[in-house]
Amino acid sequence: MDALLALIDANKIFNLTTLAHYWDGLLMTVQLVFMSLLIGLIVSVPLAIMRTSKNRLINYPVWLFTYVFRGTPLLIQLYMIYYGVTLINGIQDSVFWVIFERAYYPCLIAFVLNTAAYTTEIFRGAIEATPKGEIEAAKAYGMNWFKRTTRIVLPSAFRRAIPAYSNEVIFMLHASAIASTVTIIDLTGAARDIYARYYAPFESFLFVAAIYLCITFTIIFIFKKLENRLLAHLQPR
Amino acid sequence: MLDLQGYGPSIFSGAIVTIQLAILSVAIAFILGLLGAVAKQSDNRAARTIATLYTTIIRGVPDLVLMMLIFFGGQIAFNSFTEWLYYASDEKIDIFININEFVAGVVTIGFIFGAYMTETFRGAFLAVDHGQIEAGKAYGMTKLQVFKRIMFPQMMRHALPGIGNNWQVLLKTTALVSVIGLADMVRLATEAAKSTGEPFLFFIPVAGVYLALTAITEWGFAVLKKRYSVGTVEA
Repeated sequence: MDALLALIDANKIFNLTTLAHYWDGLLMTVQLVFMSLLIGLIVSVPLAIMRTSKNRLINYPVWLFTYVFRGTPLLIQLYMIYYGVTLINGIQDSVFWVIFERAYYPCLIAFVLNTAAYTTEIFRGAIEATPKGEIEAAKAYGMNWFKRTTRIVLPSAFRRAIPAYSNEVIFMLHASAIASTVTIIDLTGAARDIYARYYAPFESFLFVAAIYLCITFTIIFIFKKLENRLLAHLQPR
Repeated sequence: MLDLQGYGPSIFSGAIVTIQLAILSVAIAFILGLLGAVAKQSDNRAARTIATLYTTIIRGVPDLVLMMLIFFGGQIAFNSFTEWLYYASDEKIDIFININEFVAGVVTIGFIFGAYMTETFRGAFLAVDHGQIEAGKAYGMTKLQVFKRIMFPQMMRHALPGIGNNWQVLLKTTALVSVIGLADMVRLATEAAKSTGEPFLFFIPVAGVYLALTAITEWGFAVLKKRYSVGTVEA
């Protein structure tokens, strides 16, 4: 214990101020990732249903959306929304400036659009993998399209999508580090501040790397539990 | 026609940097991935542990954080090494190594994607029929010959879809080097956007270049897939 206290006294970088800074960064990262995943998830369900439609007019726009957002770097999307909005003439005098004054909302919009595009494609794959027999059985019971979709297709598609979706959650956590490039103080932003202040790259970046690693493992653990519960009927016996 | 207000050539040179960066780093990732996959299956426990640590840690930490760690930390590490060398050699060896952003970018992206490639190759190696390896050994081939003649050509067929995915992600990750100061397409477009106040004029063409690169390489992978699937029957 004395040795530990001595160690804490000896280091100049990890004092209460910097640890509080890291804590604020952690809250920002978690909030940003959680909000964008939540909104992205809600948006992607109708998009995925549209994407599986046989009507080209419904299918094609969604395809274009996912193709563009999955085919370009998130950094470009973020810059386009962040600079695109803040550089519009006169926006600084308008009522919208309250929203766009901080980088948070442009960043959230970019993340939501990006994760919605990936999640839509994940759900599309899961919906298309619905066994034909299940749909035929639902039709035989006289269910209409809406009932079939909400009772049969979506519940089983959500379950099938869980393994792929867990990858998307981890991807989003890692992608959120980009928020630090538009002045948001997330975990990476906090590390950059502390690096700049103490010129200590190893301490500052290794510390956040360890935090990210812990969050990643927590996410993996939660999804493993979830899979064991919800996909129990698909496990090899 | 598109008027890039004189920034056209500069952004074009940035596109060349992006392409060079992507190709060189995918080459490093390819080699690291092969080494990692071989290490993960070796009988040597130390090799297995190192490879597992490598893939777990790299895949658990954001690219941007690793990039900053290697870029900013690497400079300090090199500085203290050359300083140590200076005093250790009785002040005879006096060198200064300045880490070039391009080299740092290539090494970092290659190092990061080597971890993803390791997992891709490991799965693909496992898909090669074990009897074939035994047959190769029975013919008196050395380990290297078995790898070169039997394992690698068959493994590639299974690995191609994974390599294709990794390449698409890698291409998009190259945009991050603009953050550590390399003058790639994204950075030049950002500077142009800031000085002219017209972000969409520059970011939309840049996004278009990424989409075009993705489409071209998708076609390239389809050709490769045909080549490596010779002699297999489509299911």
